[in-house]
Amino acid sequence: MAISKEEVLHVARLAYLELSDGEVERFRVQLSAILDAVSKVSELDLANVPPTSHPVEIANAWAEDEPHECLTHDEAFANAPDREGDYFRSPPA
Amino acid sequence: MIDTLRLTAERAKQLVDRGEVSGRELFAAYRAAIDEHNGELNAFLTLADDPGGDGLPIALKDIISTKGIRTTAGSRILENYVPVFDSTVAARCKAHGLRVIGKTNTDEFAMGSSTENSAFGPSRNPWDPARVPGGSGGGSAAAVSAGLAPWALGSDTGGSVKLPSAFCGNVGLRPTYGTVSRYGIVAFASSLDQVGPVAKTVRDCAYLYSVISGRDEHDSTTVDVPAVELPEGDDLRGLRIGLPRQLNDVEGIEPGVKGAVATAIAHAESLGAAVETCELPLSVDYGLPCYYLIAPAEASANLARYDGVRYGLRAGGETFREMAMATRHDGFGDEVKRRIMLGTYALSSGYKDAYYGTAQKVRTVIKREHDELFERFDLLVSPTCATTAFPVGAKAQDPLAMYLTDLLTIPSNMAGLPGLSIPCGLSDGLPVGLQLIGPQFAENTLFKVAYALEQAIGFDYVPERLR
Repeated sequence: MAISKEEVLHVARLAYLELSDGEVERFRVQLSAILDAVSKVSELDLANVPPTSHPVEIANAWAEDEPHECLTHDEAFANAPDREGDYFRSPPA
Repeated sequence: MIDTLRLTAERAKQLVDRGEVSGRELFAAYRAAIDEHNGELNAFLTLADDPGGDGLPIALKDIISTKGIRTTAGSRILENYVPVFDSTVAARCKAHGLRVIGKTNTDEFAMGSSTENSAFGPSRNPWDPARVPGGSGGGSAAAVSAGLAPWALGSDTGGSVKLPSAFCGNVGLRPTYGTVSRYGIVAFASSLDQVGPVAKTVRDCAYLYSVISGRDEHDSTTVDVPAVELPEGDDLRGLRIGLPRQLNDVEGIEPGVKGAVATAIAHAESLGAAVETCELPLSVDYGLPCYYLIAPAEASANLARYDGVRYGLRAGGETFREMAMATRHDGFGDEVKRRIMLGTYALSSGYKDAYYGTAQKVRTVIKREHDELFERFDLLVSPTCATTAFPVGAKAQDPLAMYLTDLLTIPSNMAGLPGLSIPCGLSDGLPVGLQLIGPQFAENTLFKVAYALEQAIGFDYVPERLR
């Protein structure tokens, strides 16, 4: 199933990925081939099969709602590329 | 003189306990081995100083957060990231006295089967440096195999502990999903990721699993785990082993791999196990496509966090969107971009039900097919991979060929089952991995059988060219 250059660019925008022209063309070809291969999942009759999101069944994993030690502000900002006071700073939206 | 190539963790602990070797000497011996071999193998990305104490050194895959020690996930985007907290597995190792000796190379964000996708260059296989060590945890496997650490931790999403263990002649466990905390593990595909031990022997592997496993309040998907029994003895009477035909007669299997696996199975029979061929058709046919929808979908969501704001690389840009898109362009490598694109596509409006939704139902089919086999068998056995380690570069240009490397490890991973890879012989001078798969929480059965086979096979885990 071939996907178009426009589809690649649309998906890249959804994924917040800037792609070079070379990457767009390479991913168009590669993703088309990979999608062909993974589309095999649609061959099975799955009419009455429930989905599995998680391989081990766990119900109600509660934790006590108690305060714990947490990171200090300086720790939380330790890897920040840009900080202003107690805020992360980024270019404007 | 400490022979780190041959020294098991169990033996190293004895030497220290008896006072024959000091903790400092032990750590220094491994550091000397790293100094000698890491230039060739590129197993370690970052080395840590001896924190002191008598505990054994341990190498951690660089996907495992370590407080104060750089954790890159093999990515430019985290090249300078220094965690401010320990992952639960790192904390448990430290609480046990283990000393982190360094962080090992990995395919970027654990996405790959050869460690060639690391932003910091490929690792090399100690048995033949022209070949890959497998991936994604090739650094941990190469380090253990070459005597650069007595043992290590990896993480396994589609086979990233089992495959490198097979390629490097190690014992590697992918534990049952939910038995080992994912807190502080750089997330790839959350419903599949699981940390596991890599060691020279089954007993070392079992011991390390006992250190890291168990419920963790920081990870609500973890559960209480049966007490780990260190294996001993060689009596396999009463044990029922299934040989799934589709895993054992897989297309393209190397004759040497088939032969080594057949020998191991003959050992199991002579130790009293009942062995019977069985069928696993849907899981093998549909496992890989199912995985390559679910894992990239989860990855695309998990990796959305790398936006240049809170940590990691930041590129220039006038607006947030420009900055974030440029950051991700510069910071992510080819395979990571490919999987983000694939996962985003599979989750996008109009395609989500057809791709991701369908794959989740196929996952149920795979789980049920395994469950039915475990009504008749205690464990399943197959090769870990149809081939031995391949040359560096052999599959680098063909993503689909690389994906197929994990054909035999993926099905049981989709079902959340434990899998243990042990070396079972050589094919053209390279290690062959035997995969033992059990029902959920049957790690003790895997250890018991693997230990018996290990004694019967007598595999020499020291790479021939280093002996």
